[in-house]
Formats: sequence, structure tokens, C-alpha cells
Amino acid sequence: MEKCYFKLVLAGHIDHGKSTLLGRLLFETKSLPKQKITEIKTASKALGKDMDFAFLTDQLKEERENQMTLDTAQAFFRSRARNYAIIDAPGHVELIKNMITGASQAQAAILVIDVPEGMKEQTTRHASIIGLLGIKQLIVILNKMDLADYKKQPFKEVKDKILDFLAGLNIKPAAVIPVCARSGANVSRKSSLMRWYKGPCLLKALNSLRLKNPGNKKPLRFPAQDIYEINGERIIAGKVVSGVLKCGQKITLLPSLLEAKISAIKIFGESPKKAEAGKNIGIILSEPLPIKRGDIIVDKSSGVRLNDRFKGEVFWWSKEPLRINERVDLRCASQQVRCVIEKIKKRIDPSTLEVIEKNAAGLKINETGMVVIKTETPIVVEKFDFIEDLGRFVLERNFNPEGAGIIT
Amino acid sequence: MREEETLDYLNELENKTIYIIREAYSRFRNTALLWSMGKDSTTLLWITRKAFFGHIPFPVIHIDTGFKFREIYAFRDRYAKEWGLDLIISNNAAALQAGVHPEKGKFRCCHALKTEALKNSIASYKFKALLLAIRRDEHGIRAKERYFSPRDNGFKWNYQKQPVEIWDLYQSKLNSEEHFRIHPLLHWTELDIWKYIQREKIPVVPLYFAKNGLRYRSIGCQDCCSPVNSRADTIRKIISELENTDVAERSGRAQDKEDAYTMQKLRSLGYM
Repeated sequence: MEKCYFKLVLAGHIDHGKSTLLGRLLFETKSLPKQKITEIKTASKALGKDMDFAFLTDQLKEERENQMTLDTAQAFFRSRARNYAIIDAPGHVELIKNMITGASQAQAAILVIDVPEGMKEQTTRHASIIGLLGIKQLIVILNKMDLADYKKQPFKEVKDKILDFLAGLNIKPAAVIPVCARSGANVSRKSSLMRWYKGPCLLKALNSLRLKNPGNKKPLRFPAQDIYEINGERIIAGKVVSGVLKCGQKITLLPSLLEAKISAIKIFGESPKKAEAGKNIGIILSEPLPIKRGDIIVDKSSGVRLNDRFKGEVFWWSKEPLRINERVDLRCASQQVRCVIEKIKKRIDPSTLEVIEKNAAGLKINETGMVVIKTETPIVVEKFDFIEDLGRFVLERNFNPEGAGIIT
Repeated sequence: MREEETLDYLNELENKTIYIIREAYSRFRNTALLWSMGKDSTTLLWITRKAFFGHIPFPVIHIDTGFKFREIYAFRDRYAKEWGLDLIISNNAAALQAGVHPEKGKFRCCHALKTEALKNSIASYKFKALLLAIRRDEHGIRAKERYFSPRDNGFKWNYQKQPVEIWDLYQSKLNSEEHFRIHPLLHWTELDIWKYIQREKIPVVPLYFAKNGLRYRSIGCQDCCSPVNSRADTIRKIISELENTDVAERSGRAQDKEDAYTMQKLRSLGYM
């Protein structure tokens, strides 16, 4: 069994049954303490309802009374193959910010669609955001099959539409599954009510998803996070975001282009000779080079270029529109720099993928843009598909994150 | 495509936690860690020592209600010394003098002796970031938290208006009257904590181990904690017990149950 947590986000339109599906998954995998079940029964009864699985993650009083998830939550369950951390995200348009918070932590997504209702605004908007966050693995759940008498035809109609939409985002789902979350049909085992469906149940489909590749084989990138002086030693702290860092390795410091060797790798209580991607370590350099947070250490021979103009795809969630040539702060790994959006080549409605405008003057709330960014000083960026940590960024205005994007 | 070897999952959890701790300190030098001597905050303290190579560059605060178990005080004094901690012990003397006591209402007691004491401490030391060891799987309300959670000057957690937290690009600045609660263990479960304690050989308060068929799964004030039936008297047995239990971790914690939404009320007012 894999030991690490596989992180999933549940996305979809409001009321299509995300929280109910989550509750059902926890129940079927026996991940619920007895007491929690009793607590939910009591709280459901107090509001005059049958047991509502959504109350497992809908813990806020307002959420239960209004039957609506407000903020992202997380729950854990185990299958035979691995451990899952599942992130429930709210489905209301006003709550996209909370959905992004949840989804940005995930390795894969489950998109829940109510079969009788079909695709709705948040179904497609969430799908677009998932694509923009770089999540490539997706399972589509067509829920509430009980309301469609477990028939194939309504399932097929919705399935064709969503596959069509996802194709526009270059996403090919791992499975499209007819489910009834309320009764558990096709959740942890195949249901006899839908013999026409030949694919896997949800749990089996989940177990077939792949873990993210840690990126050890890519070139070394080590953004400096902080500098500590401890017992007369100057330790550069940070995370190896890609590649493997080795003792004795010759490195170049960017943007200064100064060179040195790695004289030691520091992990408390250990004396490692190398550190792989994902490790948070300290390093000591052979030369006392001037270094600060945001500097990037790369292999000497790797020939990385600094950039002050690059293309990206931005999602904007602030009520105050983003205007071209407006100065905002861009943060990418530990780098922080002033920038402007020089050009918005396309302004897109992510819920329809329709191009609203070409060469636009700004981006409004919940819009996506294909943009060109110009930074005040050059930084190290990579295409998101190559090195994630250096291919994603957040845009801040007065220190508030108001949009984010990936480098394309 | 062949999958490359992934980091062991405890390393993965630990690495994310180290990143968050260092990120908090990098943004706000005026940081402190809240230590209750429970298994979670002791684990956080342990990882913080690792993050700073054995030299935690900020104070560690114990919010002392005065009602803690004897074993907890002994543990605090021993390891504060052994690990060379800059320990601040903080309490709400006025409330204690006024006779605040768990028997006279748990909501009021928790609020006065923990939240208010913490408030006083932040006000006098002007901390901008506080590291806390809460986890998402402990309580549904805690599952809604952010890693970097801003609090206003009234100390309130505005749970209906939380900031976006995307990837590991945590919000970095705040208004002058605010402080950040930093939650570096948010993604750990109770079982993860015990497995990590086992691997790292982290010392824990003996109350967690079964004696005469009873042990504490969650510890705090003596009056508000009750033990669970258990024969687990070693860490290995605790892990095996947790892998098979269907009892919730905080089942012995009175303040969670006074009413279905007590935790929400406490937390929105600044409770940890």
C-alpha cells in the first residue's frame, strides 16, 4: 500500500452533491468514528432532517442551516491501495476563492454533476480552474442517477457534453461514472441497478490515479527562502524544487551569476551528501557570496536564463478589475517582484471558454486571461509543465492575493 | 510512465511543515510558538527545532490555565531546560482571581483562561505570527482553517471571509493591528502524529499511555479531560489502537460538546 496522502478536490456546481458524496465515501470506507455519525444524526434531527452526510464537512452553523458549503474543508479516508485526503470545495460562484484554496492543494479532481440538471455554470467554471491550476487527472461523477431511474440515456447525454467541454481544456478524464451518492451506488462497489455501465466504481477509479512525479530527474532549482547565522555558520535555507542537490556541486547564483561550490548540506541530526526534490534543507556555500531570499541556486552548467517578459494564463478573483500596465506584485516560489500585465491577448469566460475580447484592457472578477507579463527586474521562471514551483505565481495588490496564474 | 520513488510520506508531511515554519519566520521575525505540551504541539516544537537546526530563534509560550495535570508541568520544565527554550509562561491572573473555573461554565472558562491569556501575551510582546499545532482531522471547524490565518485586532477569526491560499504562496503581509495564526500541522492526522513520534522518538507526557485500563487521547485541563478505555501502554500499541478505533480523538474534551457549535463560537473569538 502507498503510504503518502493522495490529495483530491471535489468540484462542481452548488447542490450537485459534493459534500454528500464525500460523506458517503467516508462512510463506505469506514473512516468515520461512531461518535461523528451520532453527532451528525443529532444535528440533522435538530434541523428536522434525515441523516445528512453533508454535515460531516459542513460544520459551520450557517452551512447546515442554509444547506450550503461555505468554505473548503478536508477529510481523510483509506482504501486498500492508499490514503486519501479529500478536499471539499464550495460550489457557489461567490465562493470561488475558497474553491481555489482547496483545489490548489490537490493532485487530482472529482467533478460532480447532477444528471437531471446537467452541466451548470460552476461545473464548467470549476473544470476550467482545475485545468488552470495544472491538475491533469480528473474523474467525472454523474450523480443523482436515482432521479434518472438509473437509465443509460440521460447519463450518456451529459457525459458527451462534459467530454466535449473538457476536450477544450485538454483534459481527458480517467473515468466518467454514474453514481447515486445518497444510496452509495457505484461508490465503493458496482451497483446492480446499472448493469449497462461497464467502467469502474469510484473507489477503483481513484486507486488507478497516479502520484505526482517528484522531479528528481529535472535540472536543479533551489530558491533561497531565508538566511540564518547559527554558531558562526551562514546557512541558506530552502526547498529543492527540482533536481538533486549534491555536496561538492558547482553552482551559479541567480540573478547575480556568482559562482561557488556546495560545501555542506544541513538537515538537523543528519549529514546528507545529497538532497532530492521536495526536501527542505540548509546549505553552506564555499564562498561568502552576497545572497538574499528569492535568489535561485542552479547547477553551474545548466545555463538558465533570467526573464523579465513571459507569457502566462491568469485567473483573476478580485472584485476590483486588473488593468493592463497597472503595477502589481508577482510572487513565484520565494521570488517577489513588481510587474505589469503588458498585454491581455485574450480575455476568456472560464465557464464557457468563450473569448470575450482580444487585446483587452483588463480582467474582471472570475475571468481568465492569456497575458504577457513584464517584471521590473528579471527573475527565474519556467514553464509550469516543466518545473511547477517556478511556473506558477500569485499576483498581489496591497499584499492581498487577487489573482494567480501559470507560465505557458 | 514509470513512477519515480516518492519521499516517504512522513518525510513529505515533515517537509511541508518545515517549509511553512520557515516561511512564517522569514516574513515575521516577531514569531512565537504555542506549546501546550500535548503530543501535537510537542511534535510542532520538535519539527521547529529541526527547521532551525536545533536553535529556535523565537520564544515558546505556554498558556497556563493553572488547571493542567501535574505530569504536564513536569514535562514542560524538563524539556524547556533540555532543549534550551526561551519559554514564556502566560496566564490570566485577573480571571483566576475572580474565580473563573470549569464548573462555572466551560465556554467562559476556556475563553477567559486560554483566549484572553493569549491576547494579553500577544499585546505585551507584539507578536505578529503565532505557530499553533491544530490539525484538520481533529475537529470539523479546524478543517476550515488556512495555514496562514489572519486575525484582526479584536482577535476575531472571520471564517466567512478567509483569504485565498494558493499552492504554497502564503499571504505575506498584514495591516499593522493584525497577527497571523500559522498552522504548520494542518495536514497531519492523529495517526500520522503518533507514527512520527515513534519514528523520531519524541518524548510525550506519560498520560497518553494506558494505566489500569485507561489512557488520555487528548490532554489539557484536568477537569475537562476524561480518559478512554485502553490497554495501549506503548506507542506501538497506541498506533495499532488508532488504526482500529471508531471513537473520535476529542471525545474526552468537554469544551467540544457543551453544544454543537461551541467550538465554532470559541474559535471565532480567537480560541486555538
